[in-house]
Amino acid sequence: MNELWNQIELSWTWLTASSQWHGPDGIPHRLLQHVWYSGVSLLCAAVIGLALGLLAGHTGRGGFLAITLANVARAIPTFGLVLFVVVIDYSITPVLVALVALAVPPILVNTFEGVRGVDPDAKDAARGVGMTGWGVLWHAELPMALPLILLGLRTSAIQVVATATIAAYPGFGGLGRYIIDGLARGDYQLVVGGTVLVVALALIVQLIFAGLRRLVVSPGLLGSARPS
Amino acid sequence: MDIDWAWIADHRDSLTEHALVHLRLALLPVLFGLLIALPLGVLCRRWGWLYPPALTIANILYAVPSLALFMIFIQYTGLTASTVMIPLTLYSLSVLIPNVVDGLASVSEPVRQAATAMGFGTLRRLMQVELPIAVPVVIAGTRVAAVSSISLVAVGQLIGQGGLGYDIIRGYQLQFQTQIVAATVLIVLLALVTDAILVTVQRLLTPWARARGGAS
Repeated sequence: MNELWNQIELSWTWLTASSQWHGPDGIPHRLLQHVWYSGVSLLCAAVIGLALGLLAGHTGRGGFLAITLANVARAIPTFGLVLFVVVIDYSITPVLVALVALAVPPILVNTFEGVRGVDPDAKDAARGVGMTGWGVLWHAELPMALPLILLGLRTSAIQVVATATIAAYPGFGGLGRYIIDGLARGDYQLVVGGTVLVVALALIVQLIFAGLRRLVVSPGLLGSARPS
Repeated sequence: MDIDWAWIADHRDSLTEHALVHLRLALLPVLFGLLIALPLGVLCRRWGWLYPPALTIANILYAVPSLALFMIFIQYTGLTASTVMIPLTLYSLSVLIPNVVDGLASVSEPVRQAATAMGFGTLRRLMQVELPIAVPVVIAGTRVAAVSSISLVAVGQLIGQGGLGYDIIRGYQLQFQTQIVAATVLIVLLALVTDAILVTVQRLLTPWARARGGAS
Protein backbone atom coordinates (compact mmCIF):
# COMPACT_ATOMS: atom_id res chain seq x y z
CA MET A 1 0.00 0.00 0.00
CA ASN A 2 2.88 2.29 0.87
CA GLU A 3 4.43 1.54 -2.49
CA LEU A 4 1.23 2.47 -4.25
CA TRP A 5 1.11 5.76 -2.39
CA ASN A 6 4.68 6.49 -3.44
CA GLN A 7 3.74 5.92 -7.04
CA ILE A 8 0.76 8.22 -6.82
CA GLU A 9 2.98 10.89 -5.32
CA LEU A 10 5.62 10.38 -8.02
CA SER A 11 3.14 10.73 -10.86
CA TRP A 12 1.61 13.76 -9.19
CA THR A 13 5.05 15.39 -9.08
CA TRP A 14 5.45 14.55 -12.73
CA LEU A 15 2.05 15.89 -13.71
CA THR A 16 2.49 19.16 -11.89
CA ALA A 17 6.10 19.90 -12.85
CA SER A 18 6.01 23.08 -14.91
CA SER A 19 8.43 21.64 -17.47
CA GLN A 20 5.69 19.20 -18.45
CA TRP A 21 3.45 21.98 -19.57
CA HIS A 22 5.58 23.60 -22.29
CA GLY A 23 7.15 22.76 -25.62
CA PRO A 24 6.64 19.98 -28.16
CA ASP A 25 7.01 17.27 -25.52
CA GLY A 26 4.75 19.07 -23.07
CA ILE A 27 1.38 17.76 -21.99
CA PRO A 28 -0.75 20.37 -23.83
CA HIS A 29 0.86 19.57 -27.17
CA ARG A 30 0.66 15.79 -26.67
CA LEU A 31 -2.91 16.07 -25.43
CA LEU A 32 -3.88 18.11 -28.46
CA GLN A 33 -2.33 15.52 -30.78
CA HIS A 34 -4.17 12.76 -28.96
CA VAL A 35 -7.52 14.54 -29.10
CA TRP A 36 -6.94 15.41 -32.76
CA TYR A 37 -6.19 11.78 -33.79
CA SER A 38 -9.10 10.45 -31.74
CA GLY A 39 -11.53 13.11 -32.94
CA VAL A 40 -10.78 12.68 -36.64
CA SER A 41 -10.99 8.89 -36.41
CA LEU A 42 -14.22 8.97 -34.46
CA LEU A 43 -15.77 11.42 -36.90
CA CYS A 44 -14.92 9.22 -39.92
CA ALA A 45 -16.10 6.11 -38.08
CA ALA A 46 -19.35 7.83 -37.10
CA VAL A 47 -20.07 8.82 -40.70
CA ILE A 48 -19.44 5.25 -41.94
CA GLY A 49 -21.11 3.45 -39.04
CA LEU A 50 -24.19 5.68 -38.91
CA ALA A 51 -24.72 5.63 -42.67
CA LEU A 52 -24.45 1.85 -42.96
CA GLY A 53 -26.32 1.16 -39.73
CA LEU A 54 -29.22 3.48 -40.58
CA LEU A 55 -29.41 2.09 -44.10
CA ALA A 56 -29.40 -1.55 -43.01
CA GLY A 57 -31.74 -0.90 -40.08
CA HIS A 58 -34.21 1.16 -42.10
CA THR A 59 -34.42 -1.10 -45.13
CA GLY A 60 -34.12 -4.26 -43.06
CA ARG A 61 -31.72 -5.56 -45.67
CA GLY A 62 -28.00 -6.26 -45.42
CA GLY A 63 -28.22 -6.55 -41.65
CA PHE A 64 -26.46 -9.89 -41.53
CA LEU A 65 -23.74 -8.57 -43.82
CA ALA A 66 -23.30 -5.44 -41.72
CA ILE A 67 -23.01 -7.39 -38.48
CA THR A 68 -20.60 -9.89 -40.02
CA LEU A 69 -18.41 -7.12 -41.41
CA ALA A 70 -18.42 -5.42 -38.04
CA ASN A 71 -17.34 -8.63 -36.34
CA VAL A 72 -14.52 -9.16 -38.81
CA ALA A 73 -13.38 -5.57 -38.30
CA ARG A 74 -13.38 -6.15 -34.54
CA ALA A 75 -11.07 -9.10 -35.05
CA ILE A 76 -8.39 -7.09 -36.87
CA PRO A 77 -5.60 -6.40 -34.40
CA THR A 78 -5.15 -2.62 -34.41
CA PHE A 79 -1.55 -3.06 -33.47
CA GLY A 80 -0.78 -5.28 -36.48
CA LEU A 81 -2.68 -3.02 -38.85
CA VAL A 82 -0.88 0.09 -37.63
CA LEU A 83 2.58 -1.38 -37.91
CA PHE A 84 1.89 -3.07 -41.22
CA VAL A 85 0.60 0.01 -42.95
CA VAL A 86 3.28 2.18 -41.42
CA VAL A 87 5.88 -0.09 -43.02
CA ILE A 88 4.31 0.63 -46.41
CA ASP A 89 3.61 4.31 -45.92
CA TYR A 90 5.20 6.14 -43.03
CA SER A 91 2.55 8.71 -42.17
CA ILE A 92 -0.22 9.27 -39.66
CA THR A 93 -2.90 8.12 -42.13
CA PRO A 94 -2.42 4.38 -41.41
CA VAL A 95 -2.84 5.02 -37.71
CA LEU A 96 -6.06 6.89 -38.36
CA VAL A 97 -7.29 4.12 -40.67
CA ALA A 98 -6.65 1.55 -37.95
CA LEU A 99 -8.49 3.66 -35.38
CA VAL A 100 -11.44 4.08 -37.74
CA ALA A 101 -11.55 0.31 -38.29
CA LEU A 102 -11.62 -0.09 -34.52
CA ALA A 103 -14.38 2.47 -34.01
CA VAL A 104 -16.82 1.48 -36.76
CA PRO A 105 -18.12 -1.85 -35.35
CA PRO A 106 -19.74 -0.63 -32.10
CA ILE A 107 -21.32 2.35 -33.89
CA LEU A 108 -22.55 0.25 -36.80
CA VAL A 109 -23.92 -2.61 -34.68
CA ASN A 110 -25.67 -0.34 -32.18
CA THR A 111 -27.17 1.88 -34.88
CA PHE A 112 -28.46 -1.15 -36.74
CA GLU A 113 -29.86 -2.79 -33.61
CA GLY A 114 -31.32 0.51 -32.46
CA VAL A 115 -33.17 1.21 -35.69
CA ARG A 116 -34.26 -2.38 -36.13
CA GLY A 117 -35.58 -2.47 -32.57
CA VAL A 118 -37.91 0.49 -33.07
CA ASP A 119 -41.46 -0.52 -32.29
CA PRO A 120 -43.17 -1.41 -35.61
CA ASP A 121 -46.37 0.25 -34.37
CA ALA A 122 -44.51 3.54 -34.02
CA LYS A 123 -43.22 3.20 -37.59
CA ASP A 124 -46.72 2.41 -38.82
CA ALA A 125 -48.03 5.45 -37.01
CA ALA A 126 -45.34 7.61 -38.63
CA ARG A 127 -46.40 6.32 -42.06
CA GLY A 128 -50.02 6.80 -41.09
CA VAL A 129 -49.54 10.51 -40.47
CA GLY A 130 -48.10 10.79 -43.97
CA MET A 131 -44.34 10.50 -43.50
CA THR A 132 -42.25 9.19 -46.37
CA GLY A 133 -39.23 6.88 -45.98
CA TRP A 134 -36.89 9.74 -45.07
CA GLY A 135 -39.44 11.23 -42.72
CA VAL A 136 -39.85 7.94 -40.89
CA LEU A 137 -36.11 7.51 -40.62
CA TRP A 138 -35.47 11.07 -39.52
CA HIS A 139 -38.46 11.74 -37.25
CA ALA A 140 -39.23 8.31 -35.83
CA GLU A 141 -36.46 5.75 -36.18
CA LEU A 142 -33.45 7.95 -35.52
CA PRO A 143 -34.79 9.63 -32.35
CA MET A 144 -35.96 6.31 -30.94
CA ALA A 145 -32.69 4.59 -31.74
CA LEU A 146 -30.69 7.47 -30.29
CA PRO A 147 -29.96 5.99 -26.83
CA LEU A 148 -28.36 2.90 -28.39
CA ILE A 149 -26.58 4.94 -31.06
CA LEU A 150 -25.05 7.21 -28.41
CA LEU A 151 -23.98 4.15 -26.46
CA GLY A 152 -22.20 2.80 -29.53
CA LEU A 153 -20.52 6.15 -30.14
CA ARG A 154 -19.40 6.28 -26.53
CA THR A 155 -17.93 2.78 -26.60
CA SER A 156 -16.06 3.64 -29.79
CA ALA A 157 -14.85 6.97 -28.44
CA ILE A 158 -13.42 5.38 -25.32
CA GLN A 159 -11.75 2.60 -27.29
CA VAL A 160 -10.26 5.12 -29.70
CA VAL A 161 -8.96 7.36 -26.92
CA ALA A 162 -7.36 4.39 -25.17
CA THR A 163 -5.95 2.89 -28.36
CA ALA A 164 -4.63 6.11 -29.89
CA THR A 165 -1.70 5.55 -27.50
CA ILE A 166 -0.41 3.10 -30.11
CA ALA A 167 0.27 6.02 -32.46
CA ALA A 168 3.33 6.70 -30.35
CA TYR A 169 4.97 3.38 -31.17
CA PRO A 170 5.80 4.25 -34.77
CA GLY A 171 6.54 7.79 -33.55
CA PHE A 172 3.50 10.00 -34.04
CA GLY A 173 3.22 11.42 -30.56
CA GLY A 174 0.01 11.73 -28.64
CA LEU A 175 -0.23 10.78 -24.97
CA GLY A 176 1.09 7.30 -25.77
CA ARG A 177 4.51 8.95 -26.19
CA TYR A 178 4.90 9.07 -22.40
CA ILE A 179 3.91 5.44 -21.98
CA ILE A 180 6.18 4.14 -24.76
CA ASP A 181 9.09 6.36 -23.69
CA GLY A 182 8.63 5.38 -20.08
CA LEU A 183 8.61 1.74 -21.09
CA ALA A 184 11.79 2.15 -23.15
CA ARG A 185 13.64 3.99 -20.37
CA GLY A 186 12.22 1.96 -17.52
CA ASP A 187 10.84 5.22 -16.17
CA TYR A 188 7.77 4.17 -14.28
CA GLN A 189 6.73 7.70 -13.35
CA LEU A 190 6.38 8.57 -17.02
CA VAL A 191 4.23 5.50 -17.73
CA VAL A 192 1.84 6.18 -14.87
CA GLY A 193 1.70 9.88 -15.69
CA GLY A 194 0.77 9.14 -19.31
CA THR A 195 -1.78 6.55 -18.22
CA VAL A 196 -3.43 8.95 -15.81
CA LEU A 197 -3.79 11.49 -18.62
CA VAL A 198 -5.35 8.96 -21.00
CA VAL A 199 -7.79 7.72 -18.36
CA ALA A 200 -8.72 11.30 -17.47
CA LEU A 201 -9.40 12.00 -21.13
CA ALA A 202 -11.55 8.86 -21.38
CA LEU A 203 -13.52 9.93 -18.31
CA ILE A 204 -14.13 13.35 -19.85
CA VAL A 205 -15.43 11.55 -22.96
CA GLN A 206 -17.80 9.54 -20.73
CA LEU A 207 -19.07 12.73 -19.11
CA ILE A 208 -19.59 14.40 -22.48
CA PHE A 209 -21.69 11.47 -23.65
CA ALA A 210 -23.69 11.40 -20.43
CA GLY A 211 -24.41 15.08 -21.02
CA LEU A 212 -25.29 14.52 -24.67
CA ARG A 213 -27.71 11.79 -23.66
CA ARG A 214 -29.58 14.17 -21.43
CA LEU A 215 -29.58 16.89 -24.05
CA VAL A 216 -30.60 15.08 -27.21
CA VAL A 217 -32.50 11.97 -26.18
CA SER A 218 -36.23 12.41 -25.82
CA PRO A 219 -37.12 12.24 -22.10
CA GLY A 220 -39.70 9.57 -22.85
CA LEU A 221 -36.97 7.19 -23.94
CA LEU A 222 -34.44 7.58 -21.16
CA GLY A 223 -33.73 4.50 -19.14
CA SER A 224 -34.50 2.17 -22.02
CA ALA A 225 -30.98 1.93 -23.47
CA ARG A 226 -29.33 -1.43 -23.22
CA PRO A 227 -25.58 -1.82 -23.66
CA SER A 228 -24.40 -4.43 -26.10
CA MET B 1 2.75 -5.36 -51.30
CA ASP B 2 4.95 -8.42 -51.71
CA ILE B 3 4.21 -11.56 -49.81
CA ASP B 4 7.10 -13.95 -49.41
CA TRP B 5 5.23 -17.26 -49.48
CA ALA B 6 8.40 -19.30 -49.06
CA TRP B 7 9.06 -17.54 -45.73
CA ILE B 8 5.61 -18.47 -44.49
CA ALA B 9 6.12 -22.11 -45.51
CA ASP B 10 9.50 -22.16 -43.77
CA HIS B 11 8.13 -20.69 -40.58
CA ARG B 12 4.96 -22.73 -40.37
CA ASP B 13 6.04 -24.35 -37.12
CA SER B 14 6.95 -21.19 -35.27
CA LEU B 15 3.81 -19.43 -36.50
CA THR B 16 1.66 -22.33 -35.29
CA GLU B 17 3.42 -22.26 -31.94
CA HIS B 18 2.89 -18.51 -31.57
CA ALA B 19 -0.75 -18.93 -32.58
CA LEU B 20 -1.30 -21.50 -29.83
CA VAL B 21 0.37 -19.28 -27.23
CA HIS B 22 -1.75 -16.43 -28.56
CA LEU B 23 -4.98 -18.37 -28.12
CA ARG B 24 -4.09 -19.36 -24.59
CA LEU B 25 -3.15 -15.79 -23.61
CA ALA B 26 -6.38 -14.48 -25.13
CA LEU B 27 -8.98 -17.04 -24.15
CA LEU B 28 -8.02 -17.97 -20.58
CA PRO B 29 -8.79 -14.38 -19.51
CA VAL B 30 -12.23 -14.59 -21.13
CA LEU B 31 -12.87 -17.85 -19.27
CA PHE B 32 -11.78 -16.27 -15.97
CA GLY B 33 -13.88 -13.24 -16.88
CA LEU B 34 -16.94 -15.45 -17.32
CA LEU B 35 -16.27 -17.25 -14.04
CA ILE B 36 -16.16 -13.89 -12.26
CA ALA B 37 -18.90 -12.11 -14.22
CA LEU B 38 -21.56 -14.81 -13.83
CA PRO B 39 -21.73 -14.76 -10.02
CA LEU B 40 -21.12 -11.01 -9.95
CA GLY B 41 -23.91 -10.44 -12.46
CA VAL B 42 -26.27 -12.60 -10.42
CA LEU B 43 -25.40 -10.59 -7.31
CA CYS B 44 -25.88 -7.29 -9.16
CA ARG B 45 -29.26 -8.48 -10.34
CA ARG B 46 -30.26 -9.49 -6.83
CA TRP B 47 -29.01 -6.36 -5.11
CA GLY B 48 -29.63 -3.56 -7.58
CA TRP B 49 -27.48 -1.05 -5.71
CA LEU B 50 -24.36 -3.09 -6.54
CA TYR B 51 -24.74 -2.63 -10.27
CA PRO B 52 -24.00 1.11 -10.83
CA PRO B 53 -20.70 1.07 -8.91
CA ALA B 54 -19.67 -2.24 -10.54
CA LEU B 55 -20.46 -0.81 -13.96
CA THR B 56 -18.56 2.42 -13.26
CA ILE B 57 -15.46 0.54 -12.15
CA ALA B 58 -15.66 -1.72 -15.19
CA ASN B 59 -16.03 1.31 -17.49
CA ILE B 60 -13.05 3.08 -15.96
CA LEU B 61 -10.89 -0.05 -16.32
CA TYR B 62 -11.99 -0.29 -19.93
CA ALA B 63 -10.61 3.19 -20.57
CA VAL B 64 -7.10 2.33 -19.40
CA PRO B 65 -4.90 1.64 -22.46
CA SER B 66 -3.87 -2.00 -22.55
CA LEU B 67 -0.20 -1.12 -22.74
CA ALA B 68 -0.43 1.01 -19.61
CA LEU B 69 -2.30 -1.71 -17.74
CA PHE B 70 0.39 -4.22 -18.72
CA MET B 71 3.03 -1.82 -17.41
CA ILE B 72 1.26 -1.37 -14.11
CA PHE B 73 1.05 -5.12 -13.55
CA ILE B 74 4.73 -5.63 -14.38
CA GLN B 75 5.39 -4.22 -10.91
CA TYR B 76 3.53 -7.07 -9.32
CA THR B 77 3.73 -10.03 -11.68
CA GLY B 78 6.89 -9.28 -13.66
CA LEU B 79 7.34 -10.12 -17.34
CA THR B 80 5.10 -13.17 -17.15
CA ALA B 81 1.95 -14.30 -18.89
CA SER B 82 -0.11 -13.17 -15.88
CA THR B 83 0.85 -9.58 -16.63
CA VAL B 84 -0.97 -9.89 -19.94
CA MET B 85 -3.80 -12.10 -18.74
CA ILE B 86 -4.91 -10.12 -15.68
CA PRO B 87 -5.58 -6.91 -17.66
CA LEU B 88 -7.36 -8.89 -20.37
CA THR B 89 -9.54 -10.48 -17.71
CA LEU B 90 -10.42 -7.02 -16.42
CA TYR B 91 -11.30 -5.84 -19.92
CA SER B 92 -13.51 -8.85 -20.53
CA LEU B 93 -15.33 -8.10 -17.27
CA SER B 94 -16.36 -4.69 -18.55
CA VAL B 95 -18.15 -6.38 -21.45
CA LEU B 96 -19.37 -9.48 -19.62
CA ILE B 97 -20.89 -8.02 -16.43
CA PRO B 98 -23.40 -5.75 -18.23
CA ASN B 99 -24.31 -8.62 -20.54
CA VAL B 100 -24.90 -11.07 -17.70
CA VAL B 101 -27.08 -8.52 -15.93
CA ASP B 102 -29.01 -7.71 -19.11
CA GLY B 103 -29.36 -11.38 -19.92
CA LEU B 104 -30.88 -12.09 -16.52
CA ALA B 105 -33.08 -9.00 -16.89
CA SER B 106 -34.41 -10.40 -20.16
CA VAL B 107 -36.17 -13.19 -18.28
CA SER B 108 -39.79 -12.13 -18.25
CA GLU B 109 -41.67 -11.88 -14.99
CA PRO B 110 -44.35 -14.46 -15.93
CA VAL B 111 -41.61 -17.01 -16.65
CA ARG B 112 -40.06 -16.35 -13.26
CA GLN B 113 -43.41 -16.64 -11.55
CA ALA B 114 -44.20 -19.83 -13.44
CA ALA B 115 -40.94 -21.35 -12.20
CA THR B 116 -41.74 -20.32 -8.64
CA ALA B 117 -45.24 -21.70 -8.97
CA MET B 118 -43.77 -25.02 -10.07
CA GLY B 119 -41.91 -25.13 -6.80
CA PHE B 120 -38.45 -24.04 -7.94
CA GLY B 121 -36.30 -22.55 -5.22
CA THR B 122 -34.16 -19.48 -5.91
CA LEU B 123 -31.05 -21.47 -6.80
CA ARG B 124 -32.80 -24.01 -8.97
CA ARG B 125 -34.76 -21.29 -10.75
CA LEU B 126 -31.49 -19.47 -11.43
CA MET B 127 -29.69 -22.52 -12.76
CA GLN B 128 -32.50 -24.11 -14.74
CA VAL B 129 -34.57 -21.17 -15.91
CA GLU B 130 -32.89 -17.78 -15.65
CA LEU B 131 -29.34 -18.62 -16.75
CA PRO B 132 -30.43 -20.70 -19.78
CA ILE B 133 -32.70 -17.87 -20.92
CA ALA B 134 -29.80 -15.44 -20.45
CA VAL B 135 -27.47 -17.56 -22.62
CA PRO B 136 -27.90 -15.65 -25.91
CA VAL B 137 -27.09 -12.27 -24.34
CA VAL B 138 -24.22 -13.71 -22.28
CA ILE B 139 -22.74 -15.40 -25.35
CA ALA B 140 -23.14 -12.21 -27.37
CA GLY B 141 -20.95 -10.52 -24.76
CA THR B 142 -18.52 -13.43 -24.69
CA ARG B 143 -18.10 -13.16 -28.46
CA VAL B 144 -17.18 -9.49 -28.23
CA ALA B 145 -14.85 -10.17 -25.30
CA ALA B 146 -13.14 -13.13 -27.00
CA VAL B 147 -12.64 -11.40 -30.33
CA SER B 148 -11.32 -8.20 -28.72
CA SER B 149 -9.08 -10.21 -26.45
CA ILE B 150 -7.56 -12.10 -29.35
CA SER B 151 -6.78 -8.90 -31.18
CA LEU B 152 -5.47 -7.17 -28.03
CA VAL B 153 -2.98 -9.86 -27.01
CA ALA B 154 -0.63 -8.67 -29.77
CA VAL B 155 0.10 -5.50 -27.77
CA GLY B 156 1.41 -7.73 -24.97
CA GLN B 157 4.49 -8.36 -27.08
CA LEU B 158 5.77 -4.95 -25.99
CA ILE B 159 6.38 -6.58 -22.63
CA GLY B 160 7.48 -9.84 -24.22
CA GLN B 161 4.27 -11.87 -24.01
CA GLY B 162 2.29 -11.49 -27.18
CA GLY B 163 1.92 -14.75 -29.07
CA LEU B 164 1.64 -13.65 -32.68
CA GLY B 165 2.43 -10.11 -31.56
CA TYR B 166 6.05 -11.26 -31.69
CA ASP B 167 5.85 -11.61 -35.46
CA ILE B 168 4.16 -8.22 -35.81
CA ILE B 169 6.90 -6.41 -33.89
CA ARG B 170 9.70 -8.43 -35.45
CA GLY B 171 8.32 -7.71 -38.91
CA TYR B 172 8.11 -4.03 -38.06
CA GLN B 173 11.68 -3.92 -36.76
CA LEU B 174 12.99 -5.70 -39.86
CA GLN B 175 10.59 -3.79 -42.15
CA PHE B 176 9.52 -7.23 -43.38
CA GLN B 177 5.90 -7.03 -44.54
CA THR B 178 5.29 -10.75 -44.90
CA GLN B 179 5.77 -11.45 -41.22
CA ILE B 180 3.41 -8.67 -40.14
CA VAL B 181 0.75 -9.69 -42.65
CA ALA B 182 1.00 -13.39 -41.80
CA ALA B 183 0.61 -12.72 -38.07
CA THR B 184 -2.23 -10.21 -38.58
CA VAL B 185 -4.15 -12.53 -40.88
CA LEU B 186 -3.65 -15.42 -38.47
CA ILE B 187 -5.00 -13.31 -35.60
CA VAL B 188 -8.10 -12.43 -37.62
CA LEU B 189 -8.58 -16.12 -38.50
CA LEU B 190 -8.22 -17.18 -34.86
CA ALA B 191 -10.81 -14.58 -33.90
CA LEU B 192 -13.26 -15.65 -36.59
CA VAL B 193 -12.94 -19.34 -35.77
CA THR B 194 -13.42 -18.62 -32.07
CA ASP B 195 -16.47 -16.51 -32.90
CA ALA B 196 -17.93 -19.30 -35.03
CA ILE B 197 -17.36 -21.82 -32.21
CA LEU B 198 -19.14 -19.55 -29.74
CA VAL B 199 -22.11 -19.20 -32.10
CA THR B 200 -22.26 -23.00 -32.34
CA VAL B 201 -22.10 -23.30 -28.55
CA GLN B 202 -25.00 -20.88 -28.30
CA ARG B 203 -27.04 -22.94 -30.79
CA LEU B 204 -26.34 -26.09 -28.78
CA LEU B 205 -27.21 -24.45 -25.47
CA THR B 206 -30.44 -22.92 -26.72
CA PRO B 207 -32.10 -25.59 -28.86
CA TRP B 208 -35.46 -23.83 -28.37
CA ALA B 209 -34.34 -20.64 -30.04
CA ARG B 210 -33.42 -21.44 -33.63
CA ALA B 211 -32.95 -18.91 -36.40
CA ARG B 212 -32.03 -15.65 -34.67
CA GLY B 213 -28.38 -15.69 -33.63
CA GLY B 214 -27.48 -13.38 -30.78
CA ALA B 215 -26.56 -10.01 -32.19
CA SER B 216 -23.99 -8.03 -30.33
